[in-house]
Amino acid sequence: MTSLPGSGLRVALFATCFNDTMWPETPRAVVTVLERLGVSVDFPLEQTCCGQMFTNTGYAREALPLVERFADVFEEYDAVVAPSGSCVGSVRHQHAGVARGCGRPALADRATAAAGKVYELSELLIDVLGVTDVGATFPHRVTYHPTCHSLRMLRVADKPLRLLREVRGIELVDLPEAEECCGFGGTFAMKNSDTSVAMGADKAQHVRETRAEVLVAGDNSCLAHIGGLLTRQRSGTRVMHLAEVLASTERDFAAANELGGPPYAAGARDGREATA
Amino acid sequence: MSGTFLGMPSFQAAAKEALGNAQQRRNLEHATRTIRGKRAQVVAELDDWEGLRRTAAAIKDNVLTHLDSYLLQLEESLTRAGATVHWASDAEEANRIITGLVRATGTDEVVKVKSMATQEIGLNEALEEAGIRAWETDLAELIVQLGHDRPSHILVPAVHRNRAEIREIFLREMGQVGAPPPAVLTSDPRELAEAARVHLREKFLRARVAVSGANFAVADTGTLVVVESEGNGRMCLTLPETLISVVGIEKVVPRLEDLEVFLQLLPRSSTGERMNPYTSTWTGVTPGDGPQDVHVVLLDNGRTDALADSVGRQALRCIRCSACLNVCPVYQRVGGHAYGSVYPGPIGAILNPQLRGTTSEVDQSLPYASSLCGACGDVCPVGIEIPDLIVHLRTRVVDEHRGGVPSGEQLAMKGAAWLFADHRRWEKAQKGAELGGRVLGGKDTIGRLPGPLAAWSDARDAPTPPAETFRTWWKREKGGRR
Amino acid sequence: MSSRAAILGRVSAALAGADRVPPPRQEYGAPAAVPDVVGLFVERVEDYRAVVEQVAPQELAAAVARALGGTDRVVVPPGLEGAWLSALDGAEVLVDDGDLSPDDLDRCGAVVTAAAVGIATTGTIVLDHRPDQGRRALSLVPDLHVCVVRESQLVGDVPESVTLLRAAVDAGRPSTWISGPSATSDIELERVEGVHGPRTLHVLLVRDGDGLQSPA
Repeated sequence: MTSLPGSGLRVALFATCFNDTMWPETPRAVVTVLERLGVSVDFPLEQTCCGQMFTNTGYAREALPLVERFADVFEEYDAVVAPSGSCVGSVRHQHAGVARGCGRPALADRATAAAGKVYELSELLIDVLGVTDVGATFPHRVTYHPTCHSLRMLRVADKPLRLLREVRGIELVDLPEAEECCGFGGTFAMKNSDTSVAMGADKAQHVRETRAEVLVAGDNSCLAHIGGLLTRQRSGTRVMHLAEVLASTERDFAAANELGGPPYAAGARDGREATA
Repeated sequence: MSGTFLGMPSFQAAAKEALGNAQQRRNLEHATRTIRGKRAQVVAELDDWEGLRRTAAAIKDNVLTHLDSYLLQLEESLTRAGATVHWASDAEEANRIITGLVRATGTDEVVKVKSMATQEIGLNEALEEAGIRAWETDLAELIVQLGHDRPSHILVPAVHRNRAEIREIFLREMGQVGAPPPAVLTSDPRELAEAARVHLREKFLRARVAVSGANFAVADTGTLVVVESEGNGRMCLTLPETLISVVGIEKVVPRLEDLEVFLQLLPRSSTGERMNPYTSTWTGVTPGDGPQDVHVVLLDNGRTDALADSVGRQALRCIRCSACLNVCPVYQRVGGHAYGSVYPGPIGAILNPQLRGTTSEVDQSLPYASSLCGACGDVCPVGIEIPDLIVHLRTRVVDEHRGGVPSGEQLAMKGAAWLFADHRRWEKAQKGAELGGRVLGGKDTIGRLPGPLAAWSDARDAPTPPAETFRTWWKREKGGRR
Repeated sequence: MSSRAAILGRVSAALAGADRVPPPRQEYGAPAAVPDVVGLFVERVEDYRAVVEQVAPQELAAAVARALGGTDRVVVPPGLEGAWLSALDGAEVLVDDGDLSPDDLDRCGAVVTAAAVGIATTGTIVLDHRPDQGRRALSLVPDLHVCVVRESQLVGDVPESVTLLRAAVDAGRPSTWISGPSATSDIELERVEGVHGPRTLHVLLVRDGDGLQSPA
């Protein structure tokens, strides 16, 4: 087993507050994928939130303690992974600035150092572990939405697509106008909800044009925004985080077929929506 | 209402109304898509676009952080070249100076080159009050002026109008202020442009005074530059006896040679062309060629306020190309009017609150008119980090509201910050959500999400919380590990 | 206090304590690596829907006459090479003496000028308004602009042309950069050539060689 790409590597999982609370299946899938690759995953329980929703709404002072907490919790690790382009973007692109803006230059330096070790999932897999084939099977028609912060803040480029192309059984189709924002934008969705919905409706329309069964992305908040509109349109397309697709294996599908239900990764979320 | 933006409703309210205008949304969608494609093509032709952007940003930052000395150098160069330099602290003063200069010539009309600075100061209205008629000569500005309308785009001010609407405006209005359109006029853009050519030519030929802006003002030579397409700029800059140019103080470039950078960046970013049809440069007065009475009004009007903000300052790098508008998903759907300013789109969201301050409802709302998708920052030819500046200005708006009776949002943010400050508190709050998910099921449990999650989900059909948080699962399954 | 003093005072106050950014180390006027300057110039000028003809020096007069077609009144700058017009037949030629009014120019169907620089990458002609190009109004008001550019005047890209421009600016002359005929995209982003400037731009690109004297 020493030949696994992640052998000997200890990685801290930053689940992010949204995923921890709302979409636990996503960080669980990250654990599944990383452990399958031989990585030893740690989840420091002291973690809470990256502070993005404070920073991006203008509440830098409220974000400051979270910037400090993040450095406290994660600076001891060699690598930190988070299944959210947006939260990684905030850590990498905003933490030091928040500290500096609040007159804490020493914390800004610590934040910069900590941010240097934080990876979005596709970055960790490709840049650190050097793998594109994570041993996943997902026999569905899938389209991928590159979320704005993954694309333009982290510049993950086609890394998620390179991972998806190696998934067995997958039928990957291009999303028209893929690089355009879905309209979520954190508090934008509240403060400018009409514009946000107008943008989301166009994104959902493009998703429908692909006739994909599953829309995949690296951020659950964007997926929830688009997914809410897709559900309302009765499109039949479900949304799923990249990590969950990568966690799916042949065994999950075999088991699901035996039980006559949906496979593992999709099951949790679909089952939940059925109660609504 | 024509030309003024006072008393604008906040962006959110104006946007809601604009979203319902299907015609405008179709016009905008078509126009922004077309120009985005053209830009991408001509930008890709250059080997080192990123290098050009970096150089442009560095030149502008050098200018801005030495603005006092460059302004003095510009003044000296202009004066040496025979131009008269005026300084205007604000719009009112600039308008007073220009009105006085026009009156001194004894004429009661001026022809105008499309200029953001003169729109910003409301010059046309000020001249009108003084009994001076100002004729806009850019085709799009003419459409806006004849339609008693407001500009909605920096480059294409009538982008919200389609050909049928323009034809109607021409037929209704043109004859009342000069040469009428031909009796038979279709909505073919060539016919509409021809009608404008005939209408404006008599104005160009008789005009004695022109008012322009400038894209660049070169400090070491006193050269002003106007970049345009139609030739209306050349007409105004060349034929009249008197030329008055209103130049924002941030328009300075140090050396003539710096133009090589901006003349590569601006046309490609703006119209998506390798070069715009016409660029004019003039240096004060040239005996025997063009206006012999040349004035330059250097305009502050809030620019020094923006300069004083070490972060916000970089917005003054802006060369008014409008590339950020054309890629903005918010602008594309809402249009320019909702921004309540002649500067719409992402650049407007960061420029207006800095130039005008954040006392009005609309200026407070503008920094929030963005999903922070980052497309604007990627295309900005002078490397303005627009999303970062948007966040910076949100912080300014929030900080300016601290100290009074806290709003609901402030309370929610403070409460959430308190929850997140200690993971044990956060876990307890999560437990509440788990309970809600388990017991109540349906979508009405959304409001029970802890902290800011509740605020977010108010606007959406958010999925209900799961029966178990990740944290609970981890403790159960992997708890021994740490 | 004057507004001048007030503005300069506000600028100084705004910059108190600011990091002063030095000018970038920029190599100005760097020549562009364009393998075929002539070919690219022709292609790029045509791209603007202007007319471009490559002519030998001895063919120039005939080409000018052809380009002017049936124009009955032509205006030319005072320093234009007389030989360029030697093949004109019947057209009235006004040599600008500086006194022609805008209305006089409006009654001219065409103008013939030389140029200062041609830029291959952008398909741009730069006039620096020396006597063979005349004052700015000449090449603006008439509807047809016949512009003679010599191959030796072509440069690869914008930086080289800006460097050449300094002499003109130092001499107090304006410049006009022309990239195709006047155009607008103000109506639904649909490009229409010919609004206020010349609706037709006809470029005669003269091959390098004997027989063409620069008047400047």
